[in-house]
Amino acid sequence: MWKKVHSIKKLNLIANVIRQDVVKMLYEAKSGHSAGSIGLADIFTALYFNVLYHDPANPDWPDRDRFVLSNGHVCPVFYSALANSGYFPKEELMTLRKLGSRLQGHPHRGALPGIENSSGPLGQGLSQAVGMAIVAKSERKKWRVYCMVSDGEQQEGQSWEAAMLAAKYRLGNLTAIMDRNNIQIDGYTEEVLPIEPIAEKYRSFGWNVINVDGHNIKKIIDACNESKAVYERPTMIIAHTIPGKAVSFMEQRFEWHGKPPSQEDMNRALSELENMRTIMEEEEI
Amino acid sequence: MIADLNKPEAKKPTRDGFGKGLLELGEKDSNVWALSADVSESTRTHWFAEKFPGRFIQVGVAEQNMAGVASGIAHCGKTVFVSAFAAFSPGRNFDQIRVSVCYNDVNVNFHASHSGITVGPDGASHQILEDIALMRSLPNMIVISPADMEEARKATIAAAAVKTPCYIRTSRQNTPVFTTPDDKFEIGKSSVIREGKDVAIFAHGVVTYDSFLAAEKLRQKGIDAAVINCHTIKPVDEEAILKYAKQCGLIVTVEDHQVIGGLGSAVAETVADRCHVPVKRHGIYDRFCESASASELLQKYQLDADGIARKVEEEMKVKK
Repeated sequence: MWKKVHSIKKLNLIANVIRQDVVKMLYEAKSGHSAGSIGLADIFTALYFNVLYHDPANPDWPDRDRFVLSNGHVCPVFYSALANSGYFPKEELMTLRKLGSRLQGHPHRGALPGIENSSGPLGQGLSQAVGMAIVAKSERKKWRVYCMVSDGEQQEGQSWEAAMLAAKYRLGNLTAIMDRNNIQIDGYTEEVLPIEPIAEKYRSFGWNVINVDGHNIKKIIDACNESKAVYERPTMIIAHTIPGKAVSFMEQRFEWHGKPPSQEDMNRALSELENMRTIMEEEEI
Repeated sequence: MIADLNKPEAKKPTRDGFGKGLLELGEKDSNVWALSADVSESTRTHWFAEKFPGRFIQVGVAEQNMAGVASGIAHCGKTVFVSAFAAFSPGRNFDQIRVSVCYNDVNVNFHASHSGITVGPDGASHQILEDIALMRSLPNMIVISPADMEEARKATIAAAAVKTPCYIRTSRQNTPVFTTPDDKFEIGKSSVIREGKDVAIFAHGVVTYDSFLAAEKLRQKGIDAAVINCHTIKPVDEEAILKYAKQCGLIVTVEDHQVIGGLGSAVAETVADRCHVPVKRHGIYDRFCESASASELLQKYQLDADGIARKVEEEMKVKK
């Protein structure tokens, strides 16, 4: 059984490692999605090192929590979280998007241990998560379903079909986390197609909604725990994140949604992240 | 098959066969689940739903979500049957079937009723004639179009037994029940309704029986037509196609579907790959149809026995 990490300092250091992995992976792959992946390092750290009940040594453990990634394009951060928690060797991270790699450009179920679902086309993951939660509830299983969704994919009508069904079946065992980073390929979500007021939308669809700072690992964990205490209603945690967080030149820039770093970009990003790591290690707590 | 093929006792829709098969599966296996998008009665899923409400999910008018939810349920080890009108599933949710189901490699089976022009008065929007083309293009997908109610029942049971996704196409049109519970049904193996040496008619679904009647009419004109019930369009029975291509020197495919992408394409592709025998693809010729009764439409588009016989006769003239 996987041991949870409770020290926030340790968790922040893991998130730093994941960020560095993502920068290197995307540089090696020469394509992929930088900003969203880096911006999700804290949430994936919280999930894989604290929130989820899972066992990297036994990926098919029947009682594991299910983690469904809907916005598959952020998979570099997902792969790094899986490798760092022990699902497969870290060296393999550098094969991302290459011929013969198990690390497909968007996750493929069965390709790598720890991947619950193949994803890519936006708006599909929440439906799959709802299906799993319906079975878990009907069979009174203890495991929960967590689903990562993006803010841009709220523009897909299917998201709302799934939201309605989750409320109908009173899926208290379903926690969705929305990466509210405000960017999508063509610009800012509120310019491309406004999704606000997104919290009110989910509330009116019968969901419990929690807003959280998506870079505060403790608050992310608290929000997940709170969602477990809400019965008969699914929870949407709206995690407000900064795309490219902790890499200064990527932060808040939608141009970085779908492009990889150059060698110069990588060196600069890694040096910033190393500095941050040194400072964090020196901190008392 | 029944003793006298010219005298079938009952006429029933293939959707009823699906409903019966699903109910049988539900009784035998508590891992079988079913979903419907607001058409549980029309798709005959309601027989299962009434008996096993805990394993039936009513998703409302939301076919895209239905495919995704089915994927999630199947992910938990269940055998899932999803039902809707063919116009909307797969008509509306191709992407979800492709990725949430096929690329996730889960055991979700799609039952699509109300296919083809036999939907009749509802008109062209609901008469989907492109569904087989969509489904047979997908990796891992098996495509079945049963010829009668009994075969639809067996196809449903067979679909549950294979771990890859299946597409089962049915109709609400009453058609003669000419197969019996004793007939063997095997996915990918066509069955010969009538032997012949001049031309081989490959048909599926609701026009299969009329293809047999067409062959009976052709006999009076001195044409000896074989009739093959090609219920599985993917994987198509290549062995039978090549055998009859050689035996008859002419194949005519008959289907309530566009001539692009259906059984006609599957047969033509097989023949083009392996031998040189003419294949006439008969069906709907790249167009939308219109409202009328099913029998009026079958007559207008030459998919009734007379129409099929005429088409085959025309091709026989070209052959000679």
